Amino acid sequence: MFLQLKEVGKTFATEEKEFQVFSDINLDITENQFVSILGPSGCGKSTLLSMVAGLENASEGNIILEGKTIKKPGPDRGMVFQQPSLFPWLNVRDNITFPLKGKMSKQEANDRADHFLKMVQLSRFKENYIFELSGGMQQRVAIARALAMDPKVLLMDEPFGALDEQTRHIMHDELMKIWQETQKTILFVTHSIQEAIKLSDRIVVMGTRPGRIIKDITVDIERPRKRGNLEAIQLEKEIMDLLEVEINKVLKEELSQ
Amino acid sequence: MKWNIIIKRILFLVVVIGIWQLIFELKFFPEITFPSPLKVFTALYEGFASGEFLIALGASFKHLFSGLSLAILIGTVIGVIFGKSKQADETAGMYLIAMQSIPSIVWVPLAIMLFGFTEFSVVFVIVLGGTFVMAMNVRSAIHNVPPQLVRAARTMGTKGWPLFYRVEVPASIPYFMSGLRLAWAFSWRALMAGELLSNGPGLGYTLSYAQDYARMDQVIGIIIIIGVIGAVVDHFVFSKLEKTVMRRWGMQ
Repeated sequence: MFLQLKEVGKTFATEEKEFQVFSDINLDITENQFVSILGPSGCGKSTLLSMVAGLENASEGNIILEGKTIKKPGPDRGMVFQQPSLFPWLNVRDNITFPLKGKMSKQEANDRADHFLKMVQLSRFKENYIFELSGGMQQRVAIARALAMDPKVLLMDEPFGALDEQTRHIMHDELMKIWQETQKTILFVTHSIQEAIKLSDRIVVMGTRPGRIIKDITVDIERPRKRGNLEAIQLEKEIMDLLEVEINKVLKEELSQ
Repeated sequence: MKWNIIIKRILFLVVVIGIWQLIFELKFFPEITFPSPLKVFTALYEGFASGEFLIALGASFKHLFSGLSLAILIGTVIGVIFGKSKQADETAGMYLIAMQSIPSIVWVPLAIMLFGFTEFSVVFVIVLGGTFVMAMNVRSAIHNVPPQLVRAARTMGTKGWPLFYRVEVPASIPYFMSGLRLAWAFSWRALMAGELLSNGPGLGYTLSYAQDYARMDQVIGIIIIIGVIGAVVDHFVFSKLEKTVMRRWGMQ
């Protein structure tokens, strides 16, 4: 198996009490798969992704990528955050070559940056600084930066969550193209059911209180997926019903406080 | 800048000088304590023409340059230590605020007793005036590095020393710039305090010299020079730098 999560759990400990985000998460992901992790806020989906990235340690269990247990961050896993998190003191191209420094010659790094900038259609902007780009453009640079490291897995934490509706749809189509072109394994965290259905081969639905996987759905709808597709609508309704119980749980808890 | 703003500012100056002239004409005060605007400008002109003010300015800038450079250097080192080490910050961070709140003129008697009426005393006072405000700003610069950028860098395999100089250092430049601007402002004040009580040369010394000879026209003239230089350097150097950086760093 390519990427394996074995009985993974996370507990945050404060001085007064311990808080278990989730436990006993088991997941097997094959290569080139596009997997979405979908769930209401508080289910720990972003935490789970951070653990795959190695930014957070697992309290229980193991995360294994190609036979190796993940303990810390590394360039074999590229991550795209909700905030583009680009370095404002570097121009677009230097942002993309940032992780390549010391690993290859400057020329090679620049060529690679140019290649991925072309892929995200930002070749014209390689000399620009970050503050000169729109939110959608910044997020495309972040994707190019993650891809330039040639990671085995691309981790995306609600990458289009801060974008407006129209831009988000454009980004979906571009991400599909990039995925088909690079054949990367993508782990994509989102709270949008439509987004998950539009993009994924497989949707892992998480519940909350306690965080856990409630359903693992294979999406078998022909690509490119158009809006208004009947199968998609049917699936959306199905997931919505699943999540309603979970969202009500959160609401109840919040209102009772 | 727009023309109407420039015109407004010039008009304001004209009005102020007009009122000054008016009070002078009404002879409320004896001429020796209240010179006319013309007399002050003549003193300014003569001071520059004779080279006296230029020599004093040169000496002052020499003091300022040494003092400010040292203050920036020492302040940055202290700030980085307090910014990076929680232990150091908890132990001595409080005293930084105490040191910063001491007006720089307070250090003058101490400097004179330690080092006598020397130029080194002046530099010493400038260093004490600028170091602590620089240190405090560098400390907040490091505390304010966006954690998101550090996380992103870590996912790219950057850690340890490269994480510090490739991410944390450039990410703290905006606050560092504010630190520079404040260190300059504090040092400029400290410079005048130190020089006023020194044996010269320097603009502050020229000022106290003018006081000794009851040359109110020169006193006012030098005060004008000090104000103008303070404003010009802040506006054309530090404020501009800070704005450019803030814009590039997406903080505006």
